[in-house]
Amino acid sequence: MSNEPRHEGRRDDRGPRQGGGRRFVRARKSCRFCGEKTDYIDYKDSRLLGSFIPERGKILPRRISGTCAPHQRMLATAIKRARNAALLPFAAD
Amino acid sequence: MRVYEVLFIVAPNVEESDIETLITQLSDVATNQGATVAKTDRMGRRRLAYPIQRFNDGHYVVLTIEGSGAEIAEIERRMRVSDAIIRYLTVRIDEDLKRAEKLRARRAQKAAARGSAGRRRGKPAPAAAEEEELPEEEVEEA
Repeated sequence: MSNEPRHEGRRDDRGPRQGGGRRFVRARKSCRFCGEKTDYIDYKDSRLLGSFIPERGKILPRRISGTCAPHQRMLATAIKRARNAALLPFAAD
Repeated sequence: MRVYEVLFIVAPNVEESDIETLITQLSDVATNQGATVAKTDRMGRRRLAYPIQRFNDGHYVVLTIEGSGAEIAEIERRMRVSDAIIRYLTVRIDEDLKRAEKLRARRAQKAAARGSAGRRRGKPAPAAAEEEELPEEEVEEA
């Protein structure tokens, strides 16, 4: 009867999520470089490349960023070059 | 003819005038072997993403060199020997530039085809306007 989770000082993260079935329809990710019609990704543009580098310093995967395959390849090459030029870290933290 | 981008990092404790002489020295090596230095770009003093030889920053210089490729070997040898240069990176860019040019041309062609097709159907062609050089290719009337 009482489906309300009890909140008396108890942090129960399983509380209100009941029944399931609610799916978020996320907007389709699109390749940022295709949108900007980029033909060549410059390895010296560390600010642009930095937006594809999460905290740890790894290359952001395509499934997260939505970048298309040809552009992801260009991006990966550019990031690797930038790392050798000390513009980006190999590993952070 | 090949185009190279030679990037090197000069140690932060090197005097400004010494950086200038270093750049002219390397440029002279290239020109003496028949290559041309198309561009000299000083990116200035920047922080390094990780320490190199215990330095935390350095002066970035980029030379764009057009030549046969033989002069690059000599330039790299000099950079390796030099104490002032803490890191260098040579990238051949003519193939990438050619590829970029090809992609741009293909896009322009596509936009032109789409534009003329759209006009026949009475729709405006917004994409065709922003391309600078449209190839002279008309879509034939079927």
